[in-house]
Amino acid sequence: MSRKHPWLLGASVANLLFLYAPIVVLMVFSFNASRLSAGWQGLTLQWYRLLLEDEALRLSVQNSLVVAVVSTVIATGLGVCAAVGLERHPFRGREVVEGAMLLPLVIPEIMMGVSLMLFFLLVKLPLSLITVTIGHAAFNVPIVLVIVRARLRKLDPSLEEAARDLGATPWRAFRRVTLPLLMPAIVGSVLLAFTISLDDFIVTFFTAGPGSTTLPLYVYSMVKSGVTPAINALSAILVLVSMSLIGASLALQRR
Amino acid sequence: MNPDAVPPDRPESFRAAPVPRRSSLLLLPALAWLGLFFFVPLALMLAISFASRGTYGGVVWTLSLANYANVLDPLYLKVFLRSVLLASVTTALCLALGFPIAYYIARLPARRQGIWLLLVMIPFWTNFLVRTYAWIFILRTEGLMNQVLAGLGLIGSPVDVLYTETAIVIGLVYGYLPFMILPLYAAVERLPPSLVEAAWDLYASRWAVLWRVTVPLTKPGLVAGCILVFIPSLGAFITPDLMGGARTMMIGNLIQHEFLVARDWPFGSAISLLLMASVLLGLAIYLRAEGAGKRLAAGG
Repeated sequence: MSRKHPWLLGASVANLLFLYAPIVVLMVFSFNASRLSAGWQGLTLQWYRLLLEDEALRLSVQNSLVVAVVSTVIATGLGVCAAVGLERHPFRGREVVEGAMLLPLVIPEIMMGVSLMLFFLLVKLPLSLITVTIGHAAFNVPIVLVIVRARLRKLDPSLEEAARDLGATPWRAFRRVTLPLLMPAIVGSVLLAFTISLDDFIVTFFTAGPGSTTLPLYVYSMVKSGVTPAINALSAILVLVSMSLIGASLALQRR
Repeated sequence: MNPDAVPPDRPESFRAAPVPRRSSLLLLPALAWLGLFFFVPLALMLAISFASRGTYGGVVWTLSLANYANVLDPLYLKVFLRSVLLASVTTALCLALGFPIAYYIARLPARRQGIWLLLVMIPFWTNFLVRTYAWIFILRTEGLMNQVLAGLGLIGSPVDVLYTETAIVIGLVYGYLPFMILPLYAAVERLPPSLVEAAWDLYASRWAVLWRVTVPLTKPGLVAGCILVFIPSLGAFITPDLMGGARTMMIGNLIQHEFLVARDWPFGSAISLLLMASVLLGLAIYLRAEGAGKRLAAGG
């Protein structure tokens, strides 16, 4: 088929160029010595050195990591339990419950951010890293749920039944048989939830208070205040970090 | 294990008793979290959308539809219409760009499909802000595009693309193109090549094959891709905020403005809920199309 349509190959390659060129350009120019970053004036690592010395950047990375770790732990605990609870026993209204729990995935992110902000302001919980973490855990629960549940569905129920036939209690059978089999999916969803939390801008933007600047908020303020080669350097680092985390997550889910 | 240690009731449990019903209780922690930090805030927003703004911001609890009526003000209506227009153009461009590559990948030998799909997904794993910044870097007046065009002698003075609606559309297409490619690929992959070949054998023209065989049979994927691109484009905030100008406000920016600048929470809530209503409407259309697709597949 494709041999009949050489233009399909051409269109596809053009498509990939469109997807990759901006990122490659960004990375290449992070090594450009020119401050105005338009023309090429030779190789330099000075923009990366500048990032190392940036105290506010270091703090925002630290904030992002704290939020990502805590929210991922919460979301994983809640999500894994919910996946097992949904899968084990068909009960009346299961589809409705599942649909409701997946709703955060489909509504516009800005709505989630704004409604959480309203909620925190009205219950007088000051906006801080805590409120950011709560929001991140909320949008990560359905992500963990979807991934772990997909894996649960593929498991052969006779394995756990065999353990039960051999006298294991339900909890022991789950812990020694099902949980190890779920592990790749759990680790995969941990990596994905962690990355999504690290990358999140919109929910963070509305739920963060003074002093709780995360890395994306910092990048946003940098971009807002103008183009500098330092942003290119920071972007290049972020591209590599996100790609390796998600790549690892996918590799684990596939196992 | 010592057989004497087996409690007297053990034989019964040997018949793999069903998992206790209380395993459904495992749902409760997640439901409680989402209930408190997702559904309660949404309900709160719904309630506030019927209230009115206090003198210094905040909320005065009244019951009125004034906030919804306010949306009909031409000033705000224009923002809604612009958002719908830009999201539609984005969707159409994604479809035009995405269909050829999705078709190409789906007709490759199975072992080569994986690597192509991965290539489509990889740029998507980059932080959205970074991808937006990449285009700012390229499109701005002193940016790479103008340098290259001027260097080639194609333009005399720099072209101002950044901070226009064109820039927003470029940013949105770049941001959401994979959302179009993946469902399209899945749909074309399921389309049996024999059907297309049969149409060729019956002397259908190129267009007839496309419009009367390929498009109708991949419709669920087409609709899914369009919805998946249209929804986030309609509610976009980052792209119009960073790549648009003062006169290219979209719904997302209006919501942010009402909450953080104008401090009119009731009106901001009403706009947000209208946005959500349009998203849910889109999803309903998608689910219906998917249902129809399944019936078609089951019946044929």
